[in-house]
Amino acid sequence: MTTTTLRQGPAGSGIPGQHPAAVAGRLRDVWGMTRRNLVHISREPMQLSDVTLQPVLFTVLFIYILGGGIPIPHGSYKDFALAGLLALNLVTSTMGTAVGLSTDLHGGIIDRFRALPMWQAAVLVGRSFADLMTSCICALIVAVTGLAVGWRPDAGAGLVIGGFALVLFFAYSLSWIAACVGLNSKSPESAASFGFIVLFPLAFVSNAMVPTQHMPGWLQAVADWNPVSAVTAGARQLWGNPNPSGAIHAWPMQHPAEAALIWSALILAIAAPLASYFFRRRTTE
Amino acid sequence: MPNDMMIEAEGLAKHYGQTRALAGVDFSVPGGSILGLLGPNGAGKTTAVRILTTLALPDAGRARVAGADVVGHPADVRRHIGVAAQDATLDGLLTGRQNLVLVGELSDMRRTASRQRATELLAQFELTDAADRMLKGYSGGMRRRLDLAAALMTRPPVLFLDEPTTGLDPVSRQRVWEAVRELTAEGVTVLLTTQYLDEADALADRIVVIGHGRVIANGTPQELKEASRGARLEVTLTAPYPGAAEAIGSLAAGPVHLSEDGRRLSAGVDSALGLATSVVRALDAAGVLVDNVEIRQPSLDDVFFSLTGGHLAAEDDDPGNGAAGPEGARPEMEGAGA
Repeated sequence: MTTTTLRQGPAGSGIPGQHPAAVAGRLRDVWGMTRRNLVHISREPMQLSDVTLQPVLFTVLFIYILGGGIPIPHGSYKDFALAGLLALNLVTSTMGTAVGLSTDLHGGIIDRFRALPMWQAAVLVGRSFADLMTSCICALIVAVTGLAVGWRPDAGAGLVIGGFALVLFFAYSLSWIAACVGLNSKSPESAASFGFIVLFPLAFVSNAMVPTQHMPGWLQAVADWNPVSAVTAGARQLWGNPNPSGAIHAWPMQHPAEAALIWSALILAIAAPLASYFFRRRTTE
Repeated sequence: MPNDMMIEAEGLAKHYGQTRALAGVDFSVPGGSILGLLGPNGAGKTTAVRILTTLALPDAGRARVAGADVVGHPADVRRHIGVAAQDATLDGLLTGRQNLVLVGELSDMRRTASRQRATELLAQFELTDAADRMLKGYSGGMRRRLDLAAALMTRPPVLFLDEPTTGLDPVSRQRVWEAVRELTAEGVTVLLTTQYLDEADALADRIVVIGHGRVIANGTPQELKEASRGARLEVTLTAPYPGAAEAIGSLAAGPVHLSEDGRRLSAGVDSALGLATSVVRALDAAGVLVDNVEIRQPSLDDVFFSLTGGHLAAEDDDPGNGAAGPEGARPEMEGAGA
């Protein structure tokens, strides 16, 4: 029932044979929407700076300003920090998903899409794919900046790529929570405030930028179970970088990659159907 | 469906919160014709279009477009319609061409076919020079034309145009009209909403007037005009005279009203040659002295007012829109292309 409206794309056609396989049709719709959103990002310098300028700035600021003051056992701060910087940048950039969807819903453009014989869910899926692609660009820039300031992974290429994929998968699942927020916010501005209220604490109350060992007891417990910590520790482990969280007994810190995958899959499994539901509710009048 | 109606609405009703937008509306549009949905702001025109284009669900009643039920089979409806809505429904950050290609692709057109059709439409609507500029920089008239082009991407058999010329200058308006006329020549069925009587008059085969969510009048432009063509006769006598009303009774189309002081007579009349002379002669024969005779033709705005109880568009200061006389017929077109 929840998805009937969303599936009134080519699949709901009463004219068999006139349209190619429903799946192909849906993929075209998703690709069309993805391209549209990518054009948007390229045209909005502010949106683009989220994934280009911000990673460079964060990387340089954290490594040179904070780096000296935080001792990392068995390694350097820059080797420790890069996984955290990747997580920080990708987590905060999911705000773009919320703002973008909210903007679409407040303009007349959503009416245009709704009156087209397209797979309606492509509005959401296309948005999430475009944001995943910009996340990949962001990850690339973080990696290049990291290499430039002296970060060095100590693992095979497969594991290094696996580490990036782990963080990107998490960011992708998080973008569906951002979609839920965007679909429920009164304006693009209020969707943006989501970033400061939720995403920044989520990113910072973790092991991303500092080891959690020095946090007060209750905060450390929160940080150790924060999915961002699992994702970051998972990437550190895969990259062979210093991972002080490995000494913590909490289950996610003992098995960070597994925990990161479980968290991401769980979030995606809940947030994606929820976003479709919110979209349907929002566009029914 | 054994039915040549491309659009059918039956008892459509819709509330938005406490506001009743539509209170049971019926009309139908035969294939290949233009229906003008006419009414003031807030009459329910846009709500009717939103229901017919599957954007809103009716509270009651049913509607079919191209034979498909708008509630039961919205996807089939969407496959057969083109919509040019009132609000800007195109993407400001894409170019004109990108907008059209996107609409084509999302409507299951192949990429090459979509590009070809976009180029064709951009040329038709004289947007070729602006095709690769961002929509943000387009003028109002250019946006409207692109909106119309977007609605035509898939060559849909049914077209919904919600106030396609509101806010346009006379030249752009004329261009949109021409485009709509060409479409019906190709057999496209059009539902057009407008606040302008002259627009409905110029384009529509039938006009449905709605006000406060109900159909007030339904007919061809000619029928509507004739139904309300009756002029108003007003006679001022030198002194009250008891037999005066009777004397002109045969000339009036309805009852003759007498003012309180007994000096002023008024009645609806059918326009006729020499009517004023006949009135004066009839009163003279009855021995009545006449100070003044006035026969007033209603303007189109009066016609509309009598039907809806509201004026067409208060902000409209273009004399070409309200005047009934032949001079009202768009003299502004001359030299406008210079």
